Amino acid sequence: MKKAIYFKKMTITLSGAFIAFVFLSILIKYGIINRYYTGILISFGINVILAVSLNVTTGFLGQLTLGHAGFMAVGAYCAAFISKNLVGLPDVVCFMIALTGGGLMAMLIGALVCLPTLRLKGDYLAIITLAFGEVIKNILLNLSFLGGANGYIGIPRFTDFGWTFWLAVITVLATLSLMRSRFGRVITSIRDDEIASEATGIAISRFKLLAFIFAAFFAGIAGGLYAHYMSIIEPRVFDIDKSIEILVMVVLGGMGNVPGCIIAAGVLTILPEFLRGVDNLRMLLYAIALIVIMLCKYNPNFNRLIHRWRNKLKGADRT
Amino acid sequence: MLKIDNLYVNYGMIEALHGISIEIKEKEIVALIGSNGAGKTTTLHTISGLIRPTKGHIYLNDQDLTKIKADKIVKLGLAQVPERRRVFAEQTVEENLILGAYTRSDRNAVKEDMEKVFTSFPRLKERRNQLSGTLSGGEQQMLAIGRSLMAKPKILLLDEPSMGLSPLLVKEIFRIIKEINQSGTTILLVEQNAKLALAIADRAYVLETGKIALSGTGQELLASEAVKKAYLGG
Repeated sequence: MKKAIYFKKMTITLSGAFIAFVFLSILIKYGIINRYYTGILISFGINVILAVSLNVTTGFLGQLTLGHAGFMAVGAYCAAFISKNLVGLPDVVCFMIALTGGGLMAMLIGALVCLPTLRLKGDYLAIITLAFGEVIKNILLNLSFLGGANGYIGIPRFTDFGWTFWLAVITVLATLSLMRSRFGRVITSIRDDEIASEATGIAISRFKLLAFIFAAFFAGIAGGLYAHYMSIIEPRVFDIDKSIEILVMVVLGGMGNVPGCIIAAGVLTILPEFLRGVDNLRMLLYAIALIVIMLCKYNPNFNRLIHRWRNKLKGADRT
Repeated sequence: MLKIDNLYVNYGMIEALHGISIEIKEKEIVALIGSNGAGKTTTLHTISGLIRPTKGHIYLNDQDLTKIKADKIVKLGLAQVPERRRVFAEQTVEENLILGAYTRSDRNAVKEDMEKVFTSFPRLKERRNQLSGTLSGGEQQMLAIGRSLMAKPKILLLDEPSMGLSPLLVKEIFRIIKEINQSGTTILLVEQNAKLALAIADRAYVLETGKIALSGTGQELLASEAVKKAYLGG
């Protein structure tokens, strides 16, 4: 019964995604969405992957991590290195290998960071992951075969709208179905109460590790997409600001709320672009907008208003 | 069934348990009473592997638990109802119960056991799809007990099941504990409510600042002057 509903939902989501994809592709093909807006769509997709994957560790598992951009960097550099050195293969195959390689590398690094930090919680874990992000950035700054501070250049431009779109869809669906499974229940229970889960016979260390490497893998994929979209990457991009930006998406979208994260990723991708017109005031307005959104989000009156609208919409649907 | 032998536990530099020994035989209810900070919860956590002792051993049917990880201990048939209920607040009653059976792979038997839990706690059945964080304190306690029963334990450790509940609910909970015991589960009950605990216990130990001060049958301790003075209000 539950499974049937679940599959029905999945089919609806997938067909919805497909329709959206066809629609957007046509618009792009006929130039109605120009290159600039396509670029925003691609950033949006990459941010969705980042936010949804961070939501697994921060939202569902309840561990604050500040180094997500570090995993993204590992994925970006590793994928770029692969696609630059792997010649003679068709583009699609080469890109696939590069992305997977980047994801797996990020996963490996994720495991390496996670293993010694499994016992840490809250602030301590945040500090360690923050430091990790900086360490990665500084290592990359000093690796001359990866371009160092000048940036790694000449990466083939494989990323297009289609790749980003479907990888984002895969990330979302993988996360949603994983969180509905036994695994999801287990990691939410670790967030709710570690002692109780341990007393229930859950090997919490193992599940923490699994959630971490899951998130790291998709962050790596997002990094790969980013590298092959920009065609030049530099370590500075993957600093603490980027990690915070992803975290803001998760907090804004709601801890453990996947659809919310997608919307938040959208808002936070478009908002800074939208504000380009006011140039000097851009970052100031961006900050103010963030504060207003956060205030509204936790304001009971505002939430009541939203609920009323939602109920009205639902009522209108039924009649 | 469960034998604690000369157990020492430290928190950093501070020694919390100074060599306690407790023995629990099969199908018994054994109460461990004591005031705040006596080491009751520490004892329980050490038994279920959440804390490691510095010295001493804990044997469950001749297996030394001090060398086994917490999640494996549950598999051996020892479950704990943690203090202050600790349900998984953001999951439903049913999901909590399913998580309780985490160590088991026999799905059909798990379903049957869930029905059994629902028969002992009809309130949980009414609220099976409700988020457990929204349950009342008493219901959460029932859920915590129900969840630990889902692991099909041979021995159940309860940490202050009466905490923060109305006298009426406490009575109900204790009746259920007695019932669980009668269906063949050995019970170690940690309590501050000495009167009630001693009334249903076959035997009891009094813990005082990390040492066993007294032990005897429940009735003996209820009658004892020292216990009366310290815990029963004169």
